[in-house]
Amino acid sequence: MELDLQPLLLTFKLATISSLLLLLLGTIIACWLANGRGKIYLTGEILVALPLILPPSVLGFYLLLLFSPESLTGQIIESLTGLRLLFSFEGLIAASVIATLPFMVFPVKSGIENLPVSLREASATLGKSTFTTSLRVLLPNIKPSLLAGFVLSFAHVVGEFGVVLMIGGGIPGETKVASIALYDEVEALNYGTAHFYALGLFTVTFLVLVFVYFYNKRSLLKGF
Amino acid sequence: MIRIDIRKKLMTAEGKRELSVSLEIEKGEFTTLFGKSGAGKTTLLRIIAGLTEPDEGILTVNGETWIDTAKDISLPAKKRKTGFVFQDYALFPNMSVKENLEFACEKQDDRRKVDELMEMMSLAELKDRKPGQLSGGQQQRVALARALIRNPEVLLLDEPLSALDHETRQKLQNEIINLHKYFSPTVIMVSHDIGEVYKLSKKVFCLEEGLITKSGTPSEVFNNKKMRGRFQLMGEVLEIVPSDIVFEVSLLIGNHFTRVLATEDEVKDLQAGDRVFLLSKAFNPILIKTN
Repeated sequence: MELDLQPLLLTFKLATISSLLLLLLGTIIACWLANGRGKIYLTGEILVALPLILPPSVLGFYLLLLFSPESLTGQIIESLTGLRLLFSFEGLIAASVIATLPFMVFPVKSGIENLPVSLREASATLGKSTFTTSLRVLLPNIKPSLLAGFVLSFAHVVGEFGVVLMIGGGIPGETKVASIALYDEVEALNYGTAHFYALGLFTVTFLVLVFVYFYNKRSLLKGF
Repeated sequence: MIRIDIRKKLMTAEGKRELSVSLEIEKGEFTTLFGKSGAGKTTLLRIIAGLTEPDEGILTVNGETWIDTAKDISLPAKKRKTGFVFQDYALFPNMSVKENLEFACEKQDDRRKVDELMEMMSLAELKDRKPGQLSGGQQQRVALARALIRNPEVLLLDEPLSALDHETRQKLQNEIINLHKYFSPTVIMVSHDIGEVYKLSKKVFCLEEGLITKSGTPSEVFNNKKMRGRFQLMGEVLEIVPSDIVFEVSLLIGNHFTRVLATEDEVKDLQAGDRVFLLSKAFNPILIKTN
């Protein structure tokens, strides 16, 4: 039995980069959503929530069309960034970020909404902009939500299968992450190697959730 | 000078009603909005601060237009020079006392004021504590100091002392009087405590069901001719007990407990929880120094 560590390493590289990007992007979107009411915000919220319910293959299919070099959007992305997102590691990152957005946005958004409204209002009466208020008043008071969002995003990217298969195609060393490698090994009836990948993913995801629960309980006890 | 003339539909526990207020407040005056909850006092304060939009109307503060719905003008809250003290104080939990005050600074000048205000309000020793480690009275002091840092044109106090015990209240009332003397901002305070209104404000506007029903100095507003006695106290009825042909009424005056006799006629409309005046006409009360 030959154990190839590369898919596992690729998975964790993908998860780390994606969740760091999500920490930034998701927090910005969460602040924006938490600050307003109206049709635009509602539409935004629905779009962010979509990946929670949509079959990953559907999302993957549409992203496949959007990222394709034949499509207008694919050409725009390529001319702007020089990146070809289809069947590439960068494409996996982009797809993972989109598919994992709700796992970052919603904990942060509900964290902000659970803060007393008067904090935001007090900051406004002290002459501060929404940006300053978010950065210095709101976000520092929802650290547990930020951490929960980050860790859940990490775990979700690790567990991604449908979207990464559609977008990445499982190219070894480039887009063949552990969940796809596991599928390939099962197809080839290499149950030993399949166990190796499965246990690796299982252990990491389990530890991540233990950490989230432990941290949240401890911070609740501190009266956070 | 503040000129307010606004209307806004309110949703209260007793159904829909309209807040319709037109009033003027002199610059530097200590004013109170007095009335029951649901009368629209807090809404009016929030409209002045820019936290709630009126349906229509005008608000000018010292010649500057803050609201003019006809011209589609509504200065955002952050552009209005107000200091707002919230009922729940709204201190930022992630910042120490000093950081809460520094957050309010906009100019370098304000930084010196942080130290000055901390000194004045005896917060200097607490400067590194977080709001969670402070008592209610201390939190209230920080909230007041923070609202004053930017030298607001209007200081808005939303029932600032309602959550505090009697003694702390008295002490803070004195501090508010001193702060007002020192910084002389125009103050609009929401209160439903007559004692507090008497002690702090020069002018009272009584707000009932969204309308101003009375205005004037506290004694003009709260005293009527029938009650002009030799001395009078404001109290709350605790209990009414029949005793032979009269009634024994237990009263709470300030935080003192007392019992008076009353005729059937007097207690007819009274029940526990009612606010009453206790006054005497014929006799001169005796004062004895106790300290």
